[in-house]
Amino acid sequence: MFAFLARRLAATIPVLVVVAVLVFLMLRLTPGDPAAVLAGDAASPDQIAQIREGLGLDKSIPEQFVIWAGRMLHGDLGRSYYYKTEVTTLVAQRLEPTLSLTVVTIIVAVLIAVPLGVLAAWRFGGWLDRLLMGFSVMGFSVPVFVLAYLLIWGVSLKLGWLPVQGYKRIADGLGPWFTHLMLPAITLSVVYIALIARVTRAAVLETLGEDYIRTARAKGLPESKVLMRHALANAAVPIATVIGIGIALLIGGVVVTESVYAIPGLGRLTVDAVLARDFPTIQGVILFFSLIYVVINLLVDLSYVFFDPRIRY
Amino acid sequence: MASSAPPVPAPASGTAAPDFEALSVESATVVVQPSLWQRVQRNGSVRLGGAVLLLLVVIAIAAPWLGTVDPSLFDPASRDLLPGKSGEITTLEGETIEHTFRMGSDSFGRDIYSRVVYGTRVSLLVGLFTALVAVSFGTLLGLMAGYIRWLDGILMRVMDGLMSIPAILIAIALVAMWRGSLLTVVIAIAIPEIPRVTRLVRSLVLTIREEPYVEAAISLGTPTWKIMLRHILPNTVAPLIVQGTFICASGILVEAILSFLGVGLPPDIPTWGNVMAEGRSQFNEFPHNIFFPGIFLAVTVLAVNILGDGLRDTLDPKMAKRV
Repeated sequence: MFAFLARRLAATIPVLVVVAVLVFLMLRLTPGDPAAVLAGDAASPDQIAQIREGLGLDKSIPEQFVIWAGRMLHGDLGRSYYYKTEVTTLVAQRLEPTLSLTVVTIIVAVLIAVPLGVLAAWRFGGWLDRLLMGFSVMGFSVPVFVLAYLLIWGVSLKLGWLPVQGYKRIADGLGPWFTHLMLPAITLSVVYIALIARVTRAAVLETLGEDYIRTARAKGLPESKVLMRHALANAAVPIATVIGIGIALLIGGVVVTESVYAIPGLGRLTVDAVLARDFPTIQGVILFFSLIYVVINLLVDLSYVFFDPRIRY
Repeated sequence: MASSAPPVPAPASGTAAPDFEALSVESATVVVQPSLWQRVQRNGSVRLGGAVLLLLVVIAIAAPWLGTVDPSLFDPASRDLLPGKSGEITTLEGETIEHTFRMGSDSFGRDIYSRVVYGTRVSLLVGLFTALVAVSFGTLLGLMAGYIRWLDGILMRVMDGLMSIPAILIAIALVAMWRGSLLTVVIAIAIPEIPRVTRLVRSLVLTIREEPYVEAAISLGTPTWKIMLRHILPNTVAPLIVQGTFICASGILVEAILSFLGVGLPPDIPTWGNVMAEGRSQFNEFPHNIFFPGIFLAVTVLAVNILGDGLRDTLDPKMAKRV
């Protein structure tokens, strides 16, 4: 197990290095001059040169990368051009809303999608199955922000059941925190539900054809136990995998959802940073999101041991 | 997957006449296998998605003749009109003409209907070119990874890294750095899609290389480039068409998201995302400014996805079984 952990961690490091290089190059090998952007239109060439020097932009690209990567390893994501604070502080400030939103979304999505997928596979070809498959194609196709506005319009403006926009911190009370999160979480979970339900259905459909399912039924096990203990349990690995891979989709959705619902989280920070051409913040946020994604998928890999005792590392 | 498609209508007797001569030779039933193209044409999802998409292509091409005005025209006298209201609009020649605002007007007095109809052009072009760019680069890289041993490891690590960054973040960052234009938006959306294609082609290459007919070709001394062109590439076409369709759908979606967030195409270009972005501030009073382009966007992406599902079921049955 420890040997596996070490090997798996070692395999993660090159991915992170590649991510770091890509993120660095993405923002440095582009035509725009950050110093000129930062200085504004009225700046003289002298001022621009001064800013460039101050940011270390006058050095060669490899030199810049080494300096930047060294700082990164010390947990220093640099200083925001726009907010004039450390990027790490900025990320920490914006973490709570995003974490709340994603955790609630994942819980809601898994609780809805997995049972739906199991039932659809159980009644393969039935009305629920067709409905679910239809819904999942819709879920992939309806843009997050269109859905968001549809919900705001219907639930908040017409019915007045939930707040339109904004975010309340957990410290301000669980009630307001939850009511403000409900619509964004529903919005964000639709794509995720579509994805997880589809994979759950396919995976359970496969296990339902196995001999041990027939044996379980033959020995008179109640259908619910056949489904949960035999069919679903053996389909857990692909489901866990798609939950992990789907995090990328979720992060993309967070950027949009937070903008529509005016939630001051990391997604909103990304958009604001991009609009202000705030390089260190963009780099920091992208690196942070990618790190989360890689770590979650590492955890998913490790969870296989728990879901499938045959897998031993 | 096949179950989700509407029942396939039986081939009409007029269109596919049975081969009577073949039948008369022997009384044994001759099962005529429908060709791949026939199976694709008979697939319900392909028909539905294809028909809607065709309609959208017609709308895009015929945009100037569909009762629209130039999408950049505005008239301060016709601001914030409700759908169906008549008003006036000033043409580029300075002429003021009567115009019915089918979908209302925005806060500049521009005709939303015209902007949405013209927006169809942008979305379809972005989707098409994103798919083309991602598939061609992905295929090239996939062939290289599958054939050049020393490159394989490096290339696939880079792809792993690229896949670890959420697609929208890559697109947003790239467009922001390059400034939005049709070309940069297409490239920025295509780049995060490339790894998927590369992986697909690489795995196909590795499988097909082991096929007996390829081994036979190798033993006959066929040059590598000829094997690639004659044996490998034709076998990647069907899965690539399927993958390309899904990339097209996500390209259309991501372009709208970028424009909506204000980091996509410049606001003067009529795109569905831009129309929606402009409608944001007035959403409470005029929700239709967001809903009309939103419906077009959702229907378009849905049509492309349904088409992709149908193509996958018929062209790539192995993949259809997997999900």
